[in-house]
Formats: sequence, C-alpha cells, structure tokens
Amino acid sequence: MLASGILGCSAETLKSIVKGGTGAVVTKSVGIKPREGYANPTIVQTNCGLINAMGLPNPGIDEFVKEIREAKTALNVPLIVSVYGFAAEEYAKVTKKAINAGADAVELNVSCPHVKETGSEIGQNPKILTEVVEKVKAVIDKPVFVKLSPNVTSIAEIADAAVKAGADAITAINTVKAMAIDTETTMPILSNKIGGLSGSAIKPIAVRCVYEICEQVKVPIIGCGGVTNWRDAVEFLLAGASAVQIGTAVALKGPNVFKAVNQGIDAYLKRKGFGSVDEIVGLSHRN
Amino acid sequence: MKLSAYRIATNQLRTTRILSVKTESPTVKTFTFKDKVCARAKPGQFLMLWIPGVDEIPLSVLDANEDGAVSVAVKKVGEATQALQNKKVGEIIGLRGPFGNSFTLKRGRILMVGGGTGIAPLLFLTKKLASKAPRLVFVIGAKTKEELLFIDKLEEVRSKGNLVATTEDGSYGVKCLATTPLESLLAKERFDMIYTCGPEQMMRKVLDLTEKHEIALEASLERLMRCAIGLCGSCVVGKYRVCRDGPVFTASQLKEVKSEFGILKRNFDGRKILLE
Repeated sequence: MLASGILGCSAETLKSIVKGGTGAVVTKSVGIKPREGYANPTIVQTNCGLINAMGLPNPGIDEFVKEIREAKTALNVPLIVSVYGFAAEEYAKVTKKAINAGADAVELNVSCPHVKETGSEIGQNPKILTEVVEKVKAVIDKPVFVKLSPNVTSIAEIADAAVKAGADAITAINTVKAMAIDTETTMPILSNKIGGLSGSAIKPIAVRCVYEICEQVKVPIIGCGGVTNWRDAVEFLLAGASAVQIGTAVALKGPNVFKAVNQGIDAYLKRKGFGSVDEIVGLSHRN
Repeated sequence: MKLSAYRIATNQLRTTRILSVKTESPTVKTFTFKDKVCARAKPGQFLMLWIPGVDEIPLSVLDANEDGAVSVAVKKVGEATQALQNKKVGEIIGLRGPFGNSFTLKRGRILMVGGGTGIAPLLFLTKKLASKAPRLVFVIGAKTKEELLFIDKLEEVRSKGNLVATTEDGSYGVKCLATTPLESLLAKERFDMIYTCGPEQMMRKVLDLTEKHEIALEASLERLMRCAIGLCGSCVVGKYRVCRDGPVFTASQLKEVKSEFGILKRNFDGRKILLE
C-alpha cells in the first residue's frame, strides 16, 4: 500500500497511484487545523535516501473531508487516513470526522520526527500513546493502525502499549531522525535543520523493528521503510509484516512500482512453492 | 524510469558562486553561475535554487551553455526573491535540478506568447528553435515598458516584424493584454504550434483560443514547489504533478484540468485558492 506523506493530499493524485497497482492508500497526515508546514528546503536528496522535514502541511480535517469523500467514491481500494494531533482529543476528533467522511481506517501518526509536541513525542511515551489510542478507539468502530517511530529505545515495548490500548495494527516504521549540512556554507540544509530519513538506507532498521514487534504483539504489522523491489517486500513479510507500504520508491520508480513488487512477490511464492503470502509472514522467526 | 532514478540519486544539492548579476527591470535581475548538471537543461526545465538560510525556490532556466554557465531570471515577489536579489557576485547559492520535462522542439510555423518573467523559458526555447523554424512570431506582454523583459535579445533572434509587444499601460507597443492581438493573428495566419508561459489566466485564454483555432499548444506552469521530485504533492494541478509530469503541458492535458488551470492553485497548507 501507499505510505503516508506521498502525494496523499488529493483524491486525484491518489487515483493515479491506485492505477500503479497499490492495494490500499494512506493519505498525508491531517490535523484539526490547517498547517502550512516549514519553509524550503524541506527535502534533501542524499546518496542513500531522502531527508524530509515538510512540517506536516495539511488543509485541516474540515477541508480534507471533501478529498476523503471524493477519494472514497473514486477509488476501488481501501482508504486509510493518516491522523496527527497535539493532544489525544485532537486525534479523536479528526479520526471521527475522517471515518464519517468515508475512511475505511485511520493510521495514527505518532512518529513524525520533526514537529514538536506531536508525532514521535507522543509515540515515544507509552503513557501518552495509550491515552491517544484509547480515545480514538472510543469514538470509532473502524480499524486503527498506529505508525511507530524507530527513534526509541524499544519499539517492541511501544508497540505493546499501543496494542494493549486497542490498536488493530502496527505500521513500522516512520522516518529515522536525520540531518544534512552543506560543507561550503557550513549550514544545515533543511530549514528545520532536522528531518526524517527515508529510502533504502533505513530498510535494515525497519526490518529489525518489524522483527522485534512481531515477537511482542499478535496484531498484524505493516512494514514500511525503504521498500523498492519485491525482495525488500518479501524481507518484511519474513520478518513478520502482513503488508508493506511504499513511499520514497514512488519517486524513484513511479507508481508502477506497486505492480512490479506484487508480481515479484507472486513469482517468489510460486518459485518457492508457497500457496499464499500468509505462509511466509513471520517465517524467519522459525529459523 | 531508470533514468529518473539515476537523476534523483545523482541530483544532490551542490553549491556554486554567482558569476554575474544583471538588472533587467526594476523588479527583475538575471543571475548567472556555473553548474555542469544544470548546463544540460532543456528549455522549459526548472531548477531549485537554495538561498542559504532563507529558502529554496523553483526557477525556470533562462539559458544553459555547454561551457557550464546557467542563467535564471528572478522577479522580486517575496522575502526569498528579495534575499536572492540582494546577493552579489561571488556569493554562494545551492542548486538542485534540472527538473521536469521540456518543450518539444517543433519544426514549423511557431507562435510564442510570453507574459512577464514567463518570457524567460521562451527565450531559451527560441535559441534552440531559431534555426529550425521557418517562421517564428513572438507576442510578449507586461504591465509597463520597464517590465517588458529581454526585448533587446528577442530582436536579435528575429527581425522586428515578427515581434508584437504589448503593455497594460500603453507605455510601449500596443496598449492591451498579450492575448488581445492573438485573435486577429490566428485569424489571418496558420501556426503549427503555440508555446506559452506567463500568468496562468493569460495561458488559459491562449488555451481557449487554440481550441477554437485547432492549434497544438504547450504551456509551462508554475506552482508552489517543495520536493521537486514528484513526492510531496504540493504542486499538483488535478491529477498532474507540475514538477514531474510538467512543468510543460499540452492542450489535451490542460483540458483535463480545466476546473483548475487558470483558476485555482494550492497554497502552503494544500487548500485550493483562487489565482490572483
């Protein structure tokens, strides 16, 4: 499925992603109020991935419900709305509006590494995280995914707290806190100085996180971080993910990356004599 | 697709020093610097220029030479462009790009319609086309004579008879919008292609005219840009990403986004707002 933050701000762009073969889409994170995000530079292209600090730009849920409604009618795949907030009540309010507008599920962004008082500041604290998940679960019946940050001491413990609070699935991982400095001007490049690294560089970290979470919790895990080809996706499945998300690779390979990955997984299953994806989910734990 | 992957992985920010600054009008300055990668830019492509500590902005390439010299025209529109205009020869700027597609190089009877700084990419295109096009007519417009850019350069490229200049206040050329002379021009002469760049309302009018006269069109669009590599969605017009699917769009593509083209854009928080 499409990872959050990639072209997920309008129904029409999501439509072109779905044409590329994704099985589900996650929107860009939306909050209770409109937010402009940071000044440029908001992205740094490095030789091992992208560092971004967009600053959660979004039109606010009251405006975004229009896109949700339009996307819901236009798309033939599940629509997951990514939600962020500065307090548990905000997460709950935005979630309720998103679900009422037609979202099939929400993914709580408790892992954005570059905006203060939301994101990873919530996802790094099991107590606050529990409150957020419980408040959200109390207002809706649809599935709640919780997207976790790798910037913690024990991601398994955090996942455990989320699941005990009612999370229906865990998405792992969000970007890894990172920075780039220009040597000529001696200045940090991003206007926010610190951002989150995505792409191939973080895949081994993400695979380890999924593996550890899988040992700890029983709910489905959605692997995310540096998936570029079918082999990356299979690696996540073997680590314990039931599905994977792709983000950065959409820029490298275009929306058809989803088709290519799906075909590659099918060919792998066939070649190895597996009947379905289910048979390889978490398989590496047995070895 | 392999090419784009290559382009992104190898298109990291690099710094360079400003080689020359030229004042073109009270609000526009041209900056020239050396950059091997941007020197390969084609007409219509843009680059992201980093003003260290201030901002990073998209700019259309005005000129790119084999010797590595690249130029951009910068109009003072806000804090970032003001900060850039304050920069002197020798100061450091950062670059990413070139990004996006480019104008096709059509052989035939060509009409160019440029407004304001939109003349910049058309001037670059003209340099590449001049030897190929049997006929090349330029219609340019600006608010005042002082803001009518590169008129000296255009006259170098083609004789004065093929150049129609318009100003809104009548201080130079014909007192009207750049689109006004088009109706009669298209009625009496057949063109194979129209290239346009400038204010979007102007380009929308050009699109409507090309539909009526059934002429091919390529228009270069401008939107708020952040990532410039097709990921963030800041620059979308309908289903198209201006940074990756554009910035140059054909008439048939623009027809698909008629509810937005020339009418709406997205602001920093992603909400649609009316064009000024």
